[in-house]
Amino acid sequence: MLAFSKRNALEILRDPLNLFFGLGFPIILLLLLSAIQANIPVALFEIGRLAPGIAVFGLSFMTLFSATLIARDRGTSFLQRLYTTPLTARDFILGYLLPILPIGLSQSVICYVAAALLGLRVTVRLLPAILFTLPVALLFIALGLLCGSIFTDKQVGGICGALLTNLTAWLSGIWFDLKLVGDAFQKIANLLPFVHAVELERSALLGDYASAFRNFWWVLGYAVIITFLAVLAFLRQMKKQ
Amino acid sequence: MDAIKTLGLTKKYKNLTAVDSLDLSVRQGELVALLGVNGAGKTTTIKMLTGLTRPTSGDALLNGKSVLTDLPAVKKMIAVSPQETAVAPGLTVKENLRLMAGVHSLPGDTGRVARLIDRFDLHEVADKRAGKLSGGWQRRLSIAMALVTDPQILFLDEPTLGLDVLARRRLWDMISALKGKMTVILTTHYMEEAETLSDRVAVMKSGRLLLTGTAEELKRQTGTEKFDEAFLRIVKEV
Repeated sequence: MLAFSKRNALEILRDPLNLFFGLGFPIILLLLLSAIQANIPVALFEIGRLAPGIAVFGLSFMTLFSATLIARDRGTSFLQRLYTTPLTARDFILGYLLPILPIGLSQSVICYVAAALLGLRVTVRLLPAILFTLPVALLFIALGLLCGSIFTDKQVGGICGALLTNLTAWLSGIWFDLKLVGDAFQKIANLLPFVHAVELERSALLGDYASAFRNFWWVLGYAVIITFLAVLAFLRQMKKQ
Repeated sequence: MDAIKTLGLTKKYKNLTAVDSLDLSVRQGELVALLGVNGAGKTTTIKMLTGLTRPTSGDALLNGKSVLTDLPAVKKMIAVSPQETAVAPGLTVKENLRLMAGVHSLPGDTGRVARLIDRFDLHEVADKRAGKLSGGWQRRLSIAMALVTDPQILFLDEPTLGLDVLARRRLWDMISALKGKMTVILTTHYMEEAETLSDRVAVMKSGRLLLTGTAEELKRQTGTEKFDEAFLRIVKEV
């Protein structure tokens, strides 16, 4: 399983587009919005509120990475070749999920380091904030496993690259206050995990652990359910192959 | 003991019988070419023999191990080079070979990878990413990946499909060098390839096995001088 995990990590890290969207793009957003904030102060874009949002938004690209990798493997005979080896279904699922977690974690660390350089106060609270990105990363990676097991690599580009990243952005309260759109929008957003992921990070950074854990259970619940669905979808396509 | 023995091996998909009561024996070290027009059931047969799909009825024994009841043991002794390119595009040639060693829990840094690079003359591309290689190189790598484990039984599904004459001849030499060292099942649409490489051929049509024998035997039986004419006569007459 380790050899397969290593291969998956290398495939992701060697794709320059992944590096740009995974690392470069969130940092560019952080710089851009901080520059705007310096000229026209907006409470939402203060670095303490902005950095957790960007950390979560950056993790939404993990869905694109994992879904593209799996869909591409399914589109060639590569997976079929591996299905004839002693690797088990468990090896495949963990082999896809696990190597992307440290990539997500590293991305969050880089995001917070960039935020610190832009004025975020460096306190011990950064540590739990970074650790709390793990369930968020799992949620997005599992979404990728689910989409990659169902859609082709071309479909994945549109669904995970455009639709999901936009949904994450709109329904998370990173870019605008959800109250501004109305009660119905806010209620829908609150039923989904994205806003809870951002609030989890913001609360952890403020040291408000009661709020952090309220949001943590939402995120973890979604992560577990989506992981379960992703495993079912992967096993189904494995059987079909 | 036969390397491969199928016993009434059958695969049905709803109303279609893809493979119909196949009884085929392949001796140890033999290279058998599985021939047939599209839809003959060659790929489905290979899928059943390699555990990719479960037979509807019947069984297949690979060195005495059943694909129904002892699939993990079967998987340890086989290797497959699929029809399409089956390499990890972002990994180098060396890393692809190491990956195959790794998934079989074998050390990839002994002499194993170096030997395969020598054997398949992959030196000039050893550190290049597989996705950047030409079709001929990728196919060569794909077969080398199948040999990382020194399998007892090797399945080559259309190994030279789409390659130019030079690349095809080069692969033929490499496949010929495997003869006697392991049991090889080869599917191909190129009659010349089957005639040149195989010890025996097995002709399938509509899921059924029509004939087995050497290329010479099939030519004699059909009264033809060329092997492709013999093949055509067999599949048209039955």
